[in-house]
Amino acid sequence: MAELFTMALAAILINNVVLSKFLGVCPFLGVSKNSKSAVGMGLAVIFVIFGASLITYALYYGILVPLNIEFMQLITFILVIATFVQFVEMFIKKYSASLYKSLGIYLPLITTNCVVLFVAKDNITQGYNLVETMVNSIAYPLGFMLVLYLFSCLRERLDSADTLPSWKGNPIALVTAALMALAFSGFVGIV
Amino acid sequence: MWNNFKNGFIKENPVFGLYLGLCSSLAISTSVNNAIGMGACVTIVLILSNCIVSLIRKITPSEIRIPVYIVVIASLVTVVEMVVHAFMSELYTSLGVFLSLIVVNCIILGRAEAFASKNGVVASAVDGLGMGLGYTFALLLISVVRELVSTAGITIVNPFNSTQVLFSFTIGALEPFKISLFSSSVGAFLTFACFAAFFAWLKNKPNKKEAK
Repeated sequence: MAELFTMALAAILINNVVLSKFLGVCPFLGVSKNSKSAVGMGLAVIFVIFGASLITYALYYGILVPLNIEFMQLITFILVIATFVQFVEMFIKKYSASLYKSLGIYLPLITTNCVVLFVAKDNITQGYNLVETMVNSIAYPLGFMLVLYLFSCLRERLDSADTLPSWKGNPIALVTAALMALAFSGFVGIV
Repeated sequence: MWNNFKNGFIKENPVFGLYLGLCSSLAISTSVNNAIGMGACVTIVLILSNCIVSLIRKITPSEIRIPVYIVVIASLVTVVEMVVHAFMSELYTSLGVFLSLIVVNCIILGRAEAFASKNGVVASAVDGLGMGLGYTFALLLISVVRELVSTAGITIVNPFNSTQVLFSFTIGALEPFKISLFSSSVGAFLTFACFAAFFAWLKNKPNKKEAK
């Protein structure tokens, strides 16, 4: 249990997907303009990563390994992710119109979010068992959501800041991200 | 013709101008060596995927075009990954997971959707080459700054044989001022922010010829 907790903490804070692994930087810059959509995107990503990781885990050990076609994992995984995102979108659209309204535009974007593919691959390359896979695939997107939310709060303030014209928008946001990365590198010693 | 080519580098640079493919360009740019390797891999995948998508554009039903493009790209990336693993194992280790993450690099899917699905094979290949070089150029810019600041020198080794150094120099005067922070994520974000601001300035700078 303690090991699992350490693993989760390391995945959320120390190996944070955005700030130390540089994954999901595109949605990090794109969807962080207000904190409400940041939370929506974060929740959607947690759900998709958890589901997609379990499915790819089952497919890898149930089909690819017995057939000795591990080299097909990239093609299989990306197809699973694309299909799963599509399926989730259709499901939410049918059963919860209000959730679809708030998440709708971010859902298709998740297919090209590299965090999803990274976590699915990471579970395999690290040789995790089922429980570890589940912890891993919740902890990584949680770290993503945490940073996305913090960053969106900072950006709401940045909008009213008086910056040089060529630094407006993304460049100054990237400087903020650099400072956040500096702050997060302070977590390195805790585990 | 020359102007179009230049646009791909500065005004419509996929990384600095359009903010595509950020993840890999931040993560890989720790050394010039990695930047060249990654740039070459992405350019090759981009040219081939543009060609294939353009060849099959008339027989692909538009409802399922995105999954079809993704499968084409994923197969190409798998092939490139295997080739790199077999012949350039050093590069394979240092690029790590980012080699397979080329699949979700938005530049490739973006060009397939925006250009190759509407144009002929030759035009698509040229577009792929231009965009790929633009991406490589951006990676090179960031990695040169980061490697210089963090190690005070630049080393390029032969990708097929990592013990053979092709090109290497150090600037002695910079030696006492090395900032190792620049090889970590902080340096990546900062360097990228400076270049992004510079490119934004280039873009918005009033054109002298137009003013006349």
